Amino acid sequence: MLTVDVEKQLGALKLAVRFDAARGVTALFGPSGAGKTSVVNMIAGRRIDVPPHQRRIGYVFQEGRLFPHLSVRQNLDYGRRMSGRPRQAAEFERIVALLDIGHLLERRPRMLSGGERQRVAVGRALLMGPRLLLLDEPLASLDAGHKREILPYLVRLRDDAGIPMVYVSHTAAEVRRIATTVVRLDAGKVVAAGGLDLLKDADVDGLD
Amino acid sequence: MFDLTPAEWTAVALSLRIAVVATACALPFGIAIGWLLARTNFWGKSVLDGIVFLPLVMPPVVTGYLLLIWFGRKAPIGAFLDSHFGIVFSFRWTGAALACGIMGFPLMVRPIRLALEAIDRKLEDAAATLGANRPWVFLTVTLPLALPGIIAGVVLCFARALGEFGATITFVSNIPGETQTISSLIYTLTQVPGGDAAAGRLVLIAIVLAFAALFASEWLARRATVRFHGE
Repeated sequence: MLTVDVEKQLGALKLAVRFDAARGVTALFGPSGAGKTSVVNMIAGRRIDVPPHQRRIGYVFQEGRLFPHLSVRQNLDYGRRMSGRPRQAAEFERIVALLDIGHLLERRPRMLSGGERQRVAVGRALLMGPRLLLLDEPLASLDAGHKREILPYLVRLRDDAGIPMVYVSHTAAEVRRIATTVVRLDAGKVVAAGGLDLLKDADVDGLD
Repeated sequence: MFDLTPAEWTAVALSLRIAVVATACALPFGIAIGWLLARTNFWGKSVLDGIVFLPLVMPPVVTGYLLLIWFGRKAPIGAFLDSHFGIVFSFRWTGAALACGIMGFPLMVRPIRLALEAIDRKLEDAAATLGANRPWVFLTVTLPLALPGIIAGVVLCFARALGEFGATITFVSNIPGETQTISSLIYTLTQVPGGDAAAGRLVLIAIVLAFAALFASEWLARRATVRFHGE
Protein backbone atom coordinates (compact mmCIF):
# COMPACT_ATOMS: atom_id res chain seq x y z
CA MET A 1 0.00 0.00 0.00
CA LEU A 2 1.28 3.40 -0.96
CA THR A 3 -0.19 6.63 0.29
CA VAL A 4 0.13 9.64 -1.92
CA ASP A 5 -0.34 12.98 -0.24
CA VAL A 6 0.82 15.95 -2.25
CA GLU A 7 0.17 19.65 -2.15
CA LYS A 8 1.49 22.31 -4.48
CA GLN A 9 0.60 25.63 -5.96
CA LEU A 10 0.95 25.44 -9.73
CA GLY A 11 0.18 28.83 -11.19
CA ALA A 12 -3.54 29.40 -10.71
CA LEU A 13 -4.12 25.75 -9.80
CA LYS A 14 -3.91 24.73 -6.16
CA LEU A 15 -3.04 21.07 -6.16
CA ALA A 16 -3.99 19.13 -3.01
CA VAL A 17 -4.34 15.42 -3.59
CA ARG A 18 -4.40 12.49 -1.20
CA PHE A 19 -5.16 8.90 -2.06
CA ASP A 20 -4.06 5.34 -1.37
CA ALA A 21 -2.61 3.22 -4.13
CA ALA A 22 -3.15 -0.40 -3.22
CA ARG A 23 -2.09 -3.48 -5.19
CA GLY A 24 -3.53 -3.37 -8.64
CA VAL A 25 -4.14 -0.32 -10.75
CA THR A 26 -5.18 3.03 -9.34
CA ALA A 27 -6.51 5.22 -12.11
CA LEU A 28 -6.14 8.97 -11.84
CA PHE A 29 -9.10 10.04 -13.88
CA GLY A 30 -10.28 13.49 -14.79
CA PRO A 31 -10.45 16.13 -17.51
CA SER A 32 -7.40 17.73 -19.05
CA GLY A 33 -5.91 20.32 -16.72
CA ALA A 34 -7.17 18.62 -13.58
CA GLY A 35 -3.58 18.11 -12.40
CA LYS A 36 -3.18 14.40 -13.15
CA THR A 37 0.23 14.62 -14.75
CA SER A 38 1.41 17.05 -12.07
CA VAL A 39 0.54 14.53 -9.37
CA VAL A 40 2.42 11.79 -11.22
CA ASN A 41 5.43 14.04 -11.71
CA MET A 42 5.49 14.77 -8.01
CA ILE A 43 5.38 11.08 -7.19
CA ALA A 44 8.21 10.50 -9.66
CA GLY A 45 10.24 13.13 -7.88
CA ARG A 46 10.54 15.53 -10.72
CA ARG A 47 9.22 18.41 -8.65
CA ILE A 48 10.49 17.61 -5.19
CA ASP A 49 13.84 17.43 -3.52
CA VAL A 50 14.75 13.76 -3.76
CA PRO A 51 16.63 13.26 -7.04
CA PRO A 52 14.59 11.16 -9.45
CA HIS A 53 17.36 8.63 -9.92
CA GLN A 54 17.11 7.54 -6.29
CA ARG A 55 13.42 6.73 -6.13
CA ARG A 56 13.01 3.50 -8.07
CA ILE A 57 9.68 4.49 -9.51
CA GLY A 58 9.00 3.26 -13.02
CA TYR A 59 7.57 5.86 -15.36
CA VAL A 60 5.91 5.19 -18.69
CA PHE A 61 5.50 8.40 -20.65
CA GLN A 62 2.81 9.36 -23.11
CA GLU A 63 5.26 9.38 -26.01
CA GLY A 64 7.34 6.40 -24.90
CA ARG A 65 10.63 8.28 -24.91
CA LEU A 66 12.74 5.32 -25.96
CA PHE A 67 16.39 6.19 -26.54
CA PRO A 68 16.80 6.41 -30.32
CA HIS A 69 20.51 5.59 -30.27
CA LEU A 70 20.04 2.30 -28.41
CA SER A 71 18.52 -0.98 -29.55
CA VAL A 72 15.37 -2.27 -27.88
CA ARG A 73 17.49 -4.65 -25.82
CA GLN A 74 19.76 -1.83 -24.65
CA ASN A 75 16.72 0.32 -23.87
CA LEU A 76 15.28 -2.49 -21.74
CA ASP A 77 18.62 -2.96 -20.00
CA TYR A 78 19.20 0.74 -19.32
CA GLY A 79 17.63 0.93 -15.85
CA ARG A 80 19.46 -2.15 -14.62
CA ARG A 81 22.80 -0.87 -15.93
CA MET A 82 22.33 2.55 -14.36
CA SER A 83 21.59 1.09 -10.95
CA GLY A 84 24.49 -1.35 -11.27
CA ARG A 85 22.43 -4.43 -10.52
CA PRO A 86 23.57 -7.80 -11.89
CA ARG A 87 21.93 -9.18 -15.01
CA GLN A 88 18.90 -11.33 -14.23
CA ALA A 89 18.16 -13.35 -17.31
CA ALA A 90 15.01 -15.00 -15.93
CA GLU A 91 13.40 -11.68 -15.03
CA PHE A 92 14.34 -10.23 -18.42
CA GLU A 93 12.84 -13.23 -20.25
CA ARG A 94 9.68 -13.12 -18.16
CA ILE A 95 8.97 -9.46 -18.91
CA VAL A 96 9.93 -9.79 -22.57
CA ALA A 97 7.48 -12.69 -22.85
CA LEU A 98 4.78 -10.88 -20.88
CA LEU A 99 4.89 -7.96 -23.31
CA ASP A 100 5.58 -10.14 -26.33
CA ILE A 101 8.55 -8.10 -27.52
CA GLY A 102 11.12 -10.87 -27.98
CA HIS A 103 11.20 -10.46 -31.76
CA LEU A 104 11.99 -6.73 -31.46
CA LEU A 105 15.09 -6.89 -29.27
CA GLU A 106 17.69 -6.05 -31.91
CA ARG A 107 15.70 -3.27 -33.58
CA ARG A 108 16.03 0.46 -33.13
CA PRO A 109 13.04 2.34 -31.69
CA ARG A 110 12.64 4.13 -35.02
CA MET A 111 11.72 0.81 -36.63
CA LEU A 112 8.87 0.05 -34.21
CA SER A 113 5.15 0.77 -34.51
CA GLY A 114 3.53 3.04 -31.93
CA GLY A 115 2.07 0.09 -30.02
CA GLU A 116 5.37 -1.80 -30.01
CA ARG A 117 7.16 1.31 -28.80
CA GLN A 118 4.82 1.65 -25.82
CA ARG A 119 5.20 -2.03 -24.93
CA VAL A 120 8.99 -1.61 -24.92
CA ALA A 121 8.59 1.54 -22.79
CA VAL A 122 6.53 -0.45 -20.27
CA GLY A 123 9.15 -3.21 -20.29
CA ARG A 124 11.96 -0.72 -19.78
CA ALA A 125 10.20 0.76 -16.75
CA LEU A 126 9.48 -2.70 -15.30
CA LEU A 127 13.05 -3.94 -15.72
CA MET A 128 14.47 -1.24 -13.48
CA GLY A 129 12.79 -3.15 -10.63
CA PRO A 130 10.36 -0.42 -9.58
CA ARG A 131 8.37 -0.34 -6.35
CA LEU A 132 5.64 1.52 -8.17
CA LEU A 133 4.82 1.95 -11.83
CA LEU A 134 3.44 5.23 -13.14
CA LEU A 135 1.73 5.29 -16.51
CA ASP A 136 0.93 8.76 -17.79
CA GLU A 137 -1.66 8.42 -20.55
CA PRO A 138 0.38 5.63 -22.15
CA LEU A 139 -2.18 5.20 -24.92
CA ALA A 140 -2.80 8.85 -25.70
CA SER A 141 -0.45 9.01 -28.68
CA LEU A 142 -1.80 5.81 -30.27
CA ASP A 143 -4.65 5.35 -32.72
CA ALA A 144 -7.68 3.25 -31.76
CA GLY A 145 -6.27 0.06 -33.30
CA HIS A 146 -3.03 0.26 -31.39
CA LYS A 147 -4.91 1.09 -28.19
CA ARG A 148 -6.87 -2.12 -28.52
CA GLU A 149 -3.60 -3.94 -29.21
CA ILE A 150 -1.82 -2.76 -26.10
CA LEU A 151 -4.59 -2.80 -23.46
CA PRO A 152 -4.56 -6.60 -23.03
CA TYR A 153 -0.84 -6.40 -22.21
CA LEU A 154 -1.49 -3.83 -19.52
CA VAL A 155 -4.28 -5.96 -18.07
CA ARG A 156 -1.93 -8.94 -18.04
CA LEU A 157 0.69 -6.81 -16.37
CA ARG A 158 -1.79 -5.81 -13.67
CA ASP A 159 -2.67 -9.44 -12.99
CA ASP A 160 0.86 -10.90 -13.20
CA ALA A 161 3.46 -8.37 -12.15
CA GLY A 162 2.22 -7.59 -8.65
CA ILE A 163 3.56 -4.04 -8.75
CA PRO A 164 1.16 -1.28 -7.75
CA MET A 165 0.39 0.91 -10.74
CA VAL A 166 -0.90 4.46 -11.02
CA TYR A 167 -2.57 4.99 -14.35
CA VAL A 168 -3.38 8.46 -15.62
CA SER A 169 -6.13 8.83 -18.17
CA HIS A 170 -9.02 11.02 -19.21
CA THR A 171 -10.67 8.20 -21.15
CA ALA A 172 -13.38 6.39 -19.20
CA ALA A 173 -13.40 3.31 -21.44
CA GLU A 174 -9.68 2.84 -20.95
CA VAL A 175 -9.93 3.20 -17.19
CA ARG A 176 -12.81 0.73 -17.06
CA ARG A 177 -10.67 -1.92 -18.72
CA ILE A 178 -7.57 -1.53 -16.58
CA ALA A 179 -8.32 0.04 -13.19
CA THR A 180 -9.09 -1.61 -9.88
CA THR A 181 -9.43 1.68 -8.02
CA VAL A 182 -10.51 5.01 -9.42
CA VAL A 183 -9.49 8.44 -8.11
CA ARG A 184 -11.37 11.22 -9.83
CA LEU A 185 -9.59 14.54 -10.00
CA ASP A 186 -10.94 17.91 -10.91
CA ALA A 187 -9.21 21.30 -10.61
CA GLY A 188 -6.43 19.88 -8.46
CA LYS A 189 -8.71 18.14 -5.95
CA VAL A 190 -9.86 14.58 -5.41
CA VAL A 191 -13.61 14.69 -6.04
CA ALA A 192 -14.21 10.99 -5.53
CA ALA A 193 -12.28 7.78 -4.84
CA GLY A 194 -13.51 4.22 -4.98
CA GLY A 195 -14.37 1.42 -7.37
CA LEU A 196 -15.19 1.32 -11.04
CA ASP A 197 -18.78 2.40 -10.35
CA LEU A 198 -17.41 5.95 -10.13
CA LEU A 199 -17.19 5.90 -13.91
CA LYS A 200 -20.92 5.41 -14.38
CA ASP A 201 -21.71 9.00 -15.17
CA ALA A 202 -18.49 9.64 -17.09
CA ASP A 203 -18.74 10.12 -20.81
CA VAL A 204 -17.98 7.00 -22.73
CA ASP A 205 -15.63 7.82 -25.56
CA GLY A 206 -15.43 5.01 -28.01
CA LEU A 207 -12.73 2.51 -27.33
CA ASP A 208 -14.45 -0.86 -27.15
CA MET B 1 53.55 12.94 -57.95
CA PHE B 2 54.20 12.51 -54.22
CA ASP B 3 57.95 12.43 -54.71
CA LEU B 4 58.60 14.64 -51.72
CA THR B 5 61.93 15.59 -50.24
CA PRO B 6 62.56 14.69 -46.58
CA ALA B 7 62.01 18.31 -45.59
CA GLU B 8 58.65 18.30 -47.31
CA TRP B 9 57.62 15.03 -45.63
CA THR B 10 58.62 16.55 -42.31
CA ALA B 11 56.31 19.47 -42.92
CA VAL B 12 53.43 17.15 -43.88
CA ALA B 13 53.92 14.94 -40.82
CA LEU B 14 54.25 17.96 -38.59
CA SER B 15 51.06 19.51 -39.97
CA LEU B 16 49.14 16.33 -39.27
CA ARG B 17 50.56 16.02 -35.79
CA ILE B 18 49.76 19.65 -34.96
CA ALA B 19 46.21 19.38 -36.34
CA VAL B 20 45.50 16.12 -34.47
CA VAL B 21 46.85 17.41 -31.16
CA ALA B 22 45.09 20.76 -31.56
CA THR B 23 41.75 19.10 -32.29
CA ALA B 24 42.07 16.50 -29.54
CA CYS B 25 42.95 19.13 -26.93
CA ALA B 26 40.20 21.47 -28.11
CA LEU B 27 37.48 18.79 -28.00
CA PRO B 28 36.80 18.64 -24.22
CA PHE B 29 36.71 22.43 -24.09
CA GLY B 30 34.52 22.52 -27.19
CA ILE B 31 31.97 20.18 -25.60
CA ALA B 32 32.06 22.07 -22.29
CA ILE B 33 31.63 25.51 -23.88
CA GLY B 34 29.03 24.19 -26.33
CA TRP B 35 27.10 22.79 -23.38
CA LEU B 36 27.34 26.04 -21.42
CA LEU B 37 26.09 28.03 -24.40
CA ALA B 38 23.32 25.56 -25.26
CA ARG B 39 22.00 24.71 -21.82
CA THR B 40 22.73 27.41 -19.31
CA ASN B 41 21.97 31.03 -18.76
CA PHE B 42 24.38 33.14 -16.84
CA TRP B 43 25.55 36.69 -16.61
CA GLY B 44 28.12 37.34 -19.32
CA LYS B 45 27.00 34.53 -21.59
CA SER B 46 26.95 36.79 -24.63
CA VAL B 47 30.48 37.91 -23.76
CA LEU B 48 31.66 34.29 -23.65
CA ASP B 49 29.86 33.66 -26.94
CA GLY B 50 31.70 36.63 -28.42
CA ILE B 51 35.12 35.61 -27.13
CA VAL B 52 34.72 32.09 -28.51
CA PHE B 53 33.93 33.50 -31.95
CA LEU B 54 36.58 36.20 -31.97
CA PRO B 55 39.26 34.07 -33.69
CA LEU B 56 36.86 33.56 -36.57
CA VAL B 57 36.36 37.26 -37.21
CA MET B 58 39.70 38.77 -36.14
CA PRO B 59 42.65 38.81 -38.53
CA PRO B 60 44.65 35.64 -37.73
CA VAL B 61 47.76 37.73 -37.30
CA VAL B 62 46.06 39.52 -34.40
CA THR B 63 45.29 36.22 -32.70
CA GLY B 64 48.91 35.18 -33.26
CA TYR B 65 50.20 38.43 -31.82
CA LEU B 66 47.97 38.13 -28.74
CA LEU B 67 49.27 34.60 -28.22
CA LEU B 68 52.81 35.91 -28.53
CA ILE B 69 52.38 38.54 -25.85
CA TRP B 70 50.49 36.19 -23.47
CA PHE B 71 52.05 32.81 -24.07
CA GLY B 72 55.63 33.78 -24.97
CA ARG B 73 58.33 32.49 -22.67
CA LYS B 74 58.63 35.77 -20.77
CA ALA B 75 54.94 36.58 -21.01
CA PRO B 76 52.68 36.16 -17.94
CA ILE B 77 50.83 32.95 -18.86
CA GLY B 78 53.73 31.46 -20.79
CA ALA B 79 56.20 31.98 -17.92
CA PHE B 80 53.75 30.47 -15.43
CA LEU B 81 53.15 27.36 -17.54
CA ASP B 82 56.87 26.97 -18.13
CA SER B 83 57.91 27.19 -14.48
CA HIS B 84 55.02 25.13 -13.03
CA PHE B 85 54.31 22.52 -15.68
CA GLY B 86 57.32 22.68 -17.98
CA ILE B 87 55.03 23.49 -20.91
CA VAL B 88 56.66 25.81 -23.45
CA PHE B 89 54.70 27.18 -26.39
CA SER B 90 56.91 29.80 -27.97
CA PHE B 91 58.70 28.64 -31.13
CA ARG B 92 57.71 25.02 -30.49
CA TRP B 93 55.28 22.78 -32.34
CA THR B 94 53.12 22.84 -29.20
CA GLY B 95 52.66 26.57 -29.77
CA ALA B 96 51.57 25.87 -33.32
CA ALA B 97 49.02 23.38 -31.94
CA LEU B 98 47.77 26.02 -29.48
CA ALA B 99 47.35 28.58 -32.25
CA CYS B 100 45.61 26.06 -34.53
CA GLY B 101 43.32 24.87 -31.72
CA ILE B 102 42.25 28.41 -30.94
CA MET B 103 41.67 29.24 -34.59
CA GLY B 104 39.58 26.08 -35.08
CA PHE B 105 37.70 26.41 -31.79
CA PRO B 106 34.74 28.52 -33.00
CA LEU B 107 34.17 26.11 -35.86
CA MET B 108 34.12 23.25 -33.37
CA VAL B 109 31.83 24.88 -30.80
CA ARG B 110 29.09 25.92 -33.19
CA PRO B 111 27.89 22.52 -34.44
CA ILE B 112 28.27 21.00 -30.98
CA ARG B 113 26.12 23.75 -29.51
CA LEU B 114 23.48 23.33 -32.21
CA ALA B 115 23.42 19.56 -31.70
CA LEU B 116 23.00 19.96 -27.94
CA GLU B 117 20.19 22.45 -28.45
CA ALA B 118 18.39 20.06 -30.77
CA ILE B 119 18.31 17.18 -28.28
CA ASP B 120 14.90 16.30 -26.85
CA ARG B 121 15.36 17.03 -23.15
CA LYS B 122 12.51 14.65 -22.36
CA LEU B 123 14.85 11.77 -23.17
CA GLU B 124 17.18 12.99 -20.43
CA ASP B 125 14.24 13.12 -18.01
CA ALA B 126 13.37 9.57 -18.98
CA ALA B 127 16.94 8.47 -18.27
CA ALA B 128 16.73 10.08 -14.83
CA THR B 129 13.55 8.15 -13.99
CA LEU B 130 15.44 4.98 -14.94
CA GLY B 131 18.02 5.64 -12.25
CA ALA B 132 20.73 7.52 -14.13
CA ASN B 133 22.33 10.39 -12.23
CA ARG B 134 23.33 13.55 -14.08
CA PRO B 135 26.83 12.55 -15.21
CA TRP B 136 25.48 9.23 -16.50
CA VAL B 137 22.59 10.93 -18.27
CA PHE B 138 25.16 13.13 -19.99
CA LEU B 139 27.43 10.24 -20.96
CA THR B 140 24.78 7.75 -22.06
CA VAL B 141 22.11 9.99 -23.58
CA THR B 142 23.23 13.57 -24.21
CA LEU B 143 26.66 12.86 -25.66
CA PRO B 144 25.64 10.02 -28.02
CA LEU B 145 22.68 12.03 -29.31
CA ALA B 146 24.97 15.00 -29.98
CA LEU B 147 27.52 12.82 -31.76
CA PRO B 148 26.76 13.93 -35.34
CA GLY B 149 27.33 17.54 -34.25
CA ILE B 150 30.49 16.61 -32.39
CA ILE B 151 31.85 14.84 -35.46
CA ALA B 152 31.09 17.87 -37.61
CA GLY B 153 32.83 20.12 -35.09
CA VAL B 154 35.89 17.88 -34.93
CA VAL B 155 36.27 17.76 -38.70
CA LEU B 156 35.85 21.51 -39.15
CA CYS B 157 38.37 22.22 -36.41
CA PHE B 158 40.81 19.67 -37.85
CA ALA B 159 40.54 21.13 -41.34
CA ARG B 160 41.01 24.64 -40.02
CA ALA B 161 44.01 23.54 -37.94
CA LEU B 162 45.57 21.79 -40.92
CA GLY B 163 45.43 24.93 -43.01
CA GLU B 164 46.17 27.52 -40.34
CA PHE B 165 48.84 29.99 -41.38
CA GLY B 166 48.56 33.54 -40.04
CA ALA B 167 48.28 32.97 -36.30
CA THR B 168 50.82 30.14 -36.35
CA ILE B 169 53.55 31.98 -38.24
CA THR B 170 53.05 35.09 -36.08
CA PHE B 171 53.20 33.17 -32.82
CA VAL B 172 55.82 30.46 -33.44
CA SER B 173 57.45 31.55 -36.69
CA ASN B 174 58.45 29.20 -39.50
CA ILE B 175 61.13 26.85 -38.21
CA PRO B 176 61.82 23.74 -40.33
CA GLY B 177 61.17 20.57 -38.33
CA GLU B 178 59.59 22.43 -35.43
CA THR B 179 56.88 24.82 -36.60
CA GLN B 180 57.08 24.68 -40.38
CA THR B 181 53.75 23.25 -41.52
CA ILE B 182 52.56 22.59 -45.07
CA SER B 183 51.13 26.09 -45.27
CA SER B 184 54.23 27.89 -44.06
CA LEU B 185 56.51 25.72 -46.23
CA ILE B 186 54.41 26.56 -49.29
CA TYR B 187 54.76 30.20 -48.34
CA THR B 188 58.55 29.83 -47.99
CA LEU B 189 58.84 28.02 -51.33
CA THR B 190 56.96 30.75 -53.15
CA GLN B 191 59.52 33.23 -51.82
CA VAL B 192 62.56 31.49 -53.28
CA PRO B 193 63.47 31.17 -56.96
CA GLY B 194 62.66 27.74 -58.42
CA GLY B 195 60.43 26.74 -55.54
CA ASP B 196 57.31 26.41 -57.69
CA ALA B 197 57.53 22.67 -58.33
CA ALA B 198 57.86 21.82 -54.66
CA ALA B 199 55.10 24.25 -53.76
CA GLY B 200 52.89 22.58 -56.37
CA ARG B 201 53.46 19.14 -54.82
CA LEU B 202 52.54 20.44 -51.37
CA VAL B 203 49.47 22.17 -52.71
CA LEU B 204 48.32 18.82 -54.09
CA ILE B 205 48.93 17.18 -50.74
CA ALA B 206 46.94 19.90 -49.00
CA ILE B 207 44.03 19.36 -51.38
CA VAL B 208 44.14 15.59 -50.88
CA LEU B 209 44.17 15.97 -47.10
CA ALA B 210 41.25 18.40 -47.19
CA PHE B 211 39.20 16.02 -49.33
CA ALA B 212 40.07 13.06 -47.11
CA ALA B 213 38.87 14.97 -44.03
CA LEU B 214 35.68 15.95 -45.80
CA PHE B 215 34.89 12.40 -46.92
CA ALA B 216 35.72 11.00 -43.51
CA SER B 217 33.30 13.40 -41.87
CA GLU B 218 30.54 12.65 -44.38
CA TRP B 219 31.01 8.95 -43.80
CA LEU B 220 31.10 9.22 -40.00
CA ALA B 221 28.09 11.55 -39.88
CA ARG B 222 26.08 9.24 -42.11
CA ARG B 223 26.94 6.26 -39.96
CA ALA B 224 25.94 8.09 -36.80
CA THR B 225 22.67 9.27 -38.34
CA VAL B 226 21.77 5.80 -39.61
CA ARG B 227 22.54 4.36 -36.21
CA PHE B 228 20.26 6.77 -34.38
CA HIS B 229 17.47 7.42 -36.78
CA GLY B 230 17.21 4.43 -39.07
CA GLU B 231 18.02 4.31 -42.75
